[in-house]
Amino acid sequence: MMTLTNQNILVETDDQIGIVKLNRPKVLNALNHELMDELVTALEAFDRNDSIRVIILTGSERAFAAGADIKEMSDETTVSIMLKDRFATWDRIRNIKKPIIAAVSGFALGGGCELVMNCDIIVASETAQFGQPEINIGVIPGAGGTQRLTRVIGKHKAMELILTGRPITAAEAHALGLVNKVAPVELYFDAAKELAREIAKKSPIAVRLAKEAVLKTFDTSISEGLQFERKNFYMLFASEDQKEGMRAFLEKRPASFTGR
Amino acid sequence: MSEENILLVEQKDAVQVITLNRPDKLNSFNDELTFKLQDALKEAERHEGTRAIVITGAGRGFCAGQDLQSRAVTADGGQRPSLGDSIRRRYNPIIIRIRRMEKPVIAAINGVAAGAGASVTFACDYRIVAEGVSFIQSFTKVGLIPDSGSTFFLPRLIGLTKALELMYSAEKLDAAEALRLGLINKIVAQDQLMKEALELATKLSVGPTKAFGLTKRAVNRAVFPDLEELLDYEASLQEIAGRSDDFQEGVKAFVEKRQPSYSGR
Repeated sequence: MMTLTNQNILVETDDQIGIVKLNRPKVLNALNHELMDELVTALEAFDRNDSIRVIILTGSERAFAAGADIKEMSDETTVSIMLKDRFATWDRIRNIKKPIIAAVSGFALGGGCELVMNCDIIVASETAQFGQPEINIGVIPGAGGTQRLTRVIGKHKAMELILTGRPITAAEAHALGLVNKVAPVELYFDAAKELAREIAKKSPIAVRLAKEAVLKTFDTSISEGLQFERKNFYMLFASEDQKEGMRAFLEKRPASFTGR
Repeated sequence: MSEENILLVEQKDAVQVITLNRPDKLNSFNDELTFKLQDALKEAERHEGTRAIVITGAGRGFCAGQDLQSRAVTADGGQRPSLGDSIRRRYNPIIIRIRRMEKPVIAAINGVAAGAGASVTFACDYRIVAEGVSFIQSFTKVGLIPDSGSTFFLPRLIGLTKALELMYSAEKLDAAEALRLGLINKIVAQDQLMKEALELATKLSVGPTKAFGLTKRAVNRAVFPDLEELLDYEASLQEIAGRSDDFQEGVKAFVEKRQPSYSGR
């Protein structure tokens, strides 16, 4: 399935996996508002599409996304940029219920790094570079970098990366827990797909409630989070997949989940 | 001051020959030569038509390492130069590019390879050496440590015992001994060097370049998984050595053509 109206992304499906590829090669996939609109629209379409279980977001070998489109915003004023409220588009990514795997190669800088951190699982090529270089042009991360990077890699490391603007390699990102898996550049997309296929086999309703519960951590206290988890756990007992999953386990056979 | 054609790059079918070309200075590295070599290696990596690289020197030397004249001039400015910085900007990227280059890189060593000049050959995949040529770990002569990867390439290539001996003594290692130690692949007559190097490069250039590249990637991972970190650490230690009185004395003695008198500090 190819959507022809998109100018800045490529959208395709592979069985139960929805794939969005950022596609502005001339500018290393710099994230302008048009691209972000297309991206979020595509993600939401996959989220509504019952035949899709997992989404992969990727770029090119050279760049996942080298940053926001600086040209687009260099002349903004405080009021103009506030009124445009471009980050509202980004907020919609948070509401995607299906797991999003980022398959990252080359540059994932600034907005590119923030977009990666909006995903749920990150697979990187050995050539990937992550960083928040905004400080070098006199601003700071604006799409969640200061909050998400800090929660992922801790205050001190995040502070260093955000205050110096220096990028880190895939290996460093892996050591810091920013990246789940590092693969050779020829194979990083396959590695992401393999992970997607594995998740696609699970009960989609359980996957959905699990993702929701994990993300709840970032918004709440531990006691509220535990309550939330418990409710989701109880709720799954109303699903056919729970019955099937547990029965299959007891009967020592693989489960066949329907998503109901 | 820019010298013309300080680095020559020639394409011979799928082989690229990179020639260090400051023959009157034994091809020693000044700023310009290091940056040009970085650029040439980057281009060679990108150039799809290039499937093997030969690095050699013009004239009677391969490379005498850092041009101490150009460094001494900086040192006279009153401020001691930051050697760590200089190595991180100039030399380490050369070493990283050679090791990361997923194509065979052959050093055709036509004459003396000293200091960082020797280090560059250690980073290459093959070392073909002309008769009578020697290697010198000259760093400690001026109160410095071996850099540009020497501290970890040399022990890997010839073992700890000999490596430390050569590093401390800063004495010449001649081609025959280098061959015996397994440091080099082959010794050939001076007038046959380029012919042999090109023959080897040509043969490699029609080989399975992707498989060669992946082989190198696997070997790099097995032997130097933390190449960048090792180079960075070495640069830090050179920074320390560069702040020592012994280095000041070493460079001064070199320029004044006399024996240095070291205090050990």
